[in-house]
Amino acid sequence: MSEDSAVVVDGLTKRFGHIHALNGLDLRIRTGEVHGFLGPNGAGKTTALRIMLGLLHGDGGHVEVLGGHPFRDAVALHRRLAYVPGDVTLWPTLSGGEAIDLLGRLRGGLDPRRRAELVDRFDFDPTKKGRAYSKGNRQKAALIAALASGVELLLLDEPTAGLDPLMEAVFRECILDERAAGRTILLSSHLLAEVEALCDRVTIIRDGRAVESGTLTRLRHLTRMSVTADLAVVPQALGELAGVHGLEAAGTRVRMEVDAEHLEAVLRVITESGLRGLTCQPPTLEQLFLRHYQGHTS
Amino acid sequence: MTGTGVLLRLALRRDRLMLPLWILVIVALPIGTASAIAELYPAAGQRLTLGTTIMANPALQALTGPVYEASSVGGLTAWRATNVAAVLAALMSALLVVRHTRAEEDSGRAELIGAAPVGRYALPAAAVLTSLMANLVIAALLTAGLTGQGLPLAGSAAFAGSVAGAGLVFTGIAAVAAQVAGAARAANTIAVTALGLSFLVRAAGDAAGNDAVSWVSPLGWAQRTRAFAGERWWVLPMSAAATLILLAVADQVARRRDLGGGLLAARRGPASAAPSLRSPLVLAWRLHRGSLAIWAVAFAVVGGVFGALAETVGDLIEGNEQIAGLLAALGGENALVDTFFATQLDLFALVAGGYAVQAALRPRSEEVAGRAEPVLAASVPRSRWLFGHVTLSLAGSALILAAAGLAAGVVHGLRVGDPAGQAVRILGAAVAQVPAVWVSAGFAVLLFGLLPRAVAAAWALLVAFAVLDLFGPLFQFDEWVRLLSPYARLPALPGGVFTPMPYVWLCLTAVLLIGVGIAGFVQRDLEPD
Repeated sequence: MSEDSAVVVDGLTKRFGHIHALNGLDLRIRTGEVHGFLGPNGAGKTTALRIMLGLLHGDGGHVEVLGGHPFRDAVALHRRLAYVPGDVTLWPTLSGGEAIDLLGRLRGGLDPRRRAELVDRFDFDPTKKGRAYSKGNRQKAALIAALASGVELLLLDEPTAGLDPLMEAVFRECILDERAAGRTILLSSHLLAEVEALCDRVTIIRDGRAVESGTLTRLRHLTRMSVTADLAVVPQALGELAGVHGLEAAGTRVRMEVDAEHLEAVLRVITESGLRGLTCQPPTLEQLFLRHYQGHTS
Repeated sequence: MTGTGVLLRLALRRDRLMLPLWILVIVALPIGTASAIAELYPAAGQRLTLGTTIMANPALQALTGPVYEASSVGGLTAWRATNVAAVLAALMSALLVVRHTRAEEDSGRAELIGAAPVGRYALPAAAVLTSLMANLVIAALLTAGLTGQGLPLAGSAAFAGSVAGAGLVFTGIAAVAAQVAGAARAANTIAVTALGLSFLVRAAGDAAGNDAVSWVSPLGWAQRTRAFAGERWWVLPMSAAATLILLAVADQVARRRDLGGGLLAARRGPASAAPSLRSPLVLAWRLHRGSLAIWAVAFAVVGGVFGALAETVGDLIEGNEQIAGLLAALGGENALVDTFFATQLDLFALVAGGYAVQAALRPRSEEVAGRAEPVLAASVPRSRWLFGHVTLSLAGSALILAAAGLAAGVVHGLRVGDPAGQAVRILGAAVAQVPAVWVSAGFAVLLFGLLPRAVAAAWALLVAFAVLDLFGPLFQFDEWVRLLSPYARLPALPGGVFTPMPYVWLCLTAVLLIGVGIAGFVQRDLEPD
């Protein structure tokens, strides 16, 4: 299919008994981008990743990973990609260092210099036995094995869930390094700040279906801006203007959400009302996200 | 102890299928035995002859213990069924307790429960209570069932109590193991090893006619309750007291350790892997080698003990003209020694089947624990990953049987002045059991490939094979029914006539089962939960 896409998913469905885990998921990850895969627990992120890895069969739809079939070509494809599961378990009888080396070698080899550097950066003790590690440390082991393998595509399933803020910062640096080195990264997460800081494009998934996909800029453009203004006189009709939502007025200060396409008209009214101060912010990813999920529950 | 009731209900719900199945088997075996003996040996004279024959055969006594009272149906039932029922009750209790304590901690569910308003010791308490209830149910059903067969109430109750008593002692042993060990697997190993040692000590004591040795084993206590043979009621409170002491020890250990930790602390490992750790087969070796070493040593030790006993087999019949005459017709004392080895090796094969099934199901526990996923997400064909574990199951079971045969042969050979010759002979007879064991492994692989949620059926199948093999002659099953067990298909070696066909068929069956299992796994979804 398209040469510039590392992962192409079209209309993917997957059922577990009566539960529809994926309901026609579409996803396109361009080569060289960091793609955020956002959704709450149970939205189908992990199922989608497992199908991309050939660990599960999709029921319907089309999936292509690095130009190959995820199930049929699994062994060849897995040389070119690395996966970090959301819940890493290590072998009780193997040390963390042994697990890192083993996973790297099974993938076709590790860069020892990069491995040593990552062990250092993540402040990881490789001599403990599997069971002695905390959740965050088990995740570090899987991350080090993945990042030191120098593969084209990294599939990361909520990789920072157990990391402390310091290690999360190290993780972000590493992801930016990988991107600079031309790797493609799929970062599944429910941490919006992380996605916002790292990702070029985002796909939001709900109930096994992509509800939004695009660059952050574009997603924001499609949605509302937060406007806070300090006015001499608050115009009577401000709340009734087209595109204005959730107006709050406290004395001379007003706050509201404005649809992007009506922003110009609304600002014109505001500037004619004795404008003394104005902040106009694009929505955070959090607000984007909440809108999709609140729309669902109401 | 707050919350124990809720956890008890949770445990009973989680075991609503397996536990009734265990209880059914443990209760049905003695009742079926009583019914079979009443039908096959209706006259007291026939039963006495059977009793005399048994007492002349140390191999049988190693398996089942001595006959205390041969004239009654109850006495023979107690002889035949006490040990089997006690071993099964002990195994059920041990696995139950570990499953609801240590395995819960390993899975992290205990943490979830510990954070809820439940007492710190509610989890072990609920596990012990579950086991206690299961054993009481067994005792009640056995008493009712045996009296239902027309046996005296006192003997039935003593029999039922002795079986439940073994279950209780191993409830205690497993409770201690669950606290001492660093993980559920290790706890199971400790408890099952204790059971194996108890069996061995009792078998050695009974085969050699040394009562004091048999008293050391909790399984020996069960027989020495002497159900239907002048009941020794005081043995039952002995089991209860031992259980309480063990539970007190478990409680003391529990107070001294952290959740998830063990007394046997984890050691550190190397910071990087040896160059050899680079394939699924080597990974499988690393995962299996610890338990394989324990099994091999245990088999060698037990084999050596039986090797030491073999030569004394003849001594027991020296005073008995009738048996000696019978034996001379069969080929003399050497034939008796051969029969002894053949019987014991059959038993070793069944136990080795336990190793083979356990090892062949290791991929399933890897899958459930989420450790299969990262390996299969690397560039590893599924067939190679599974084949690594299958190889360890097949080669490992052959190795432990060889260890038992070699040790038995060398020790026996030293006593009769022919170590090399006997070593080769008994080793050969031991290795000849391997194809039957592989069929058990084959069923485990088949289930893993096609019905991963039903892999426990591989254990049920092994128990069924054992029952057919060991009880087939007593129950006078039709030959074709008995031959459903691969273990019953092999010629009795040493001493018997070697025919190659059974081996060829069993090996082909194993290959077919494994092939279909691997083909199924290659195609199916990974099912971690």
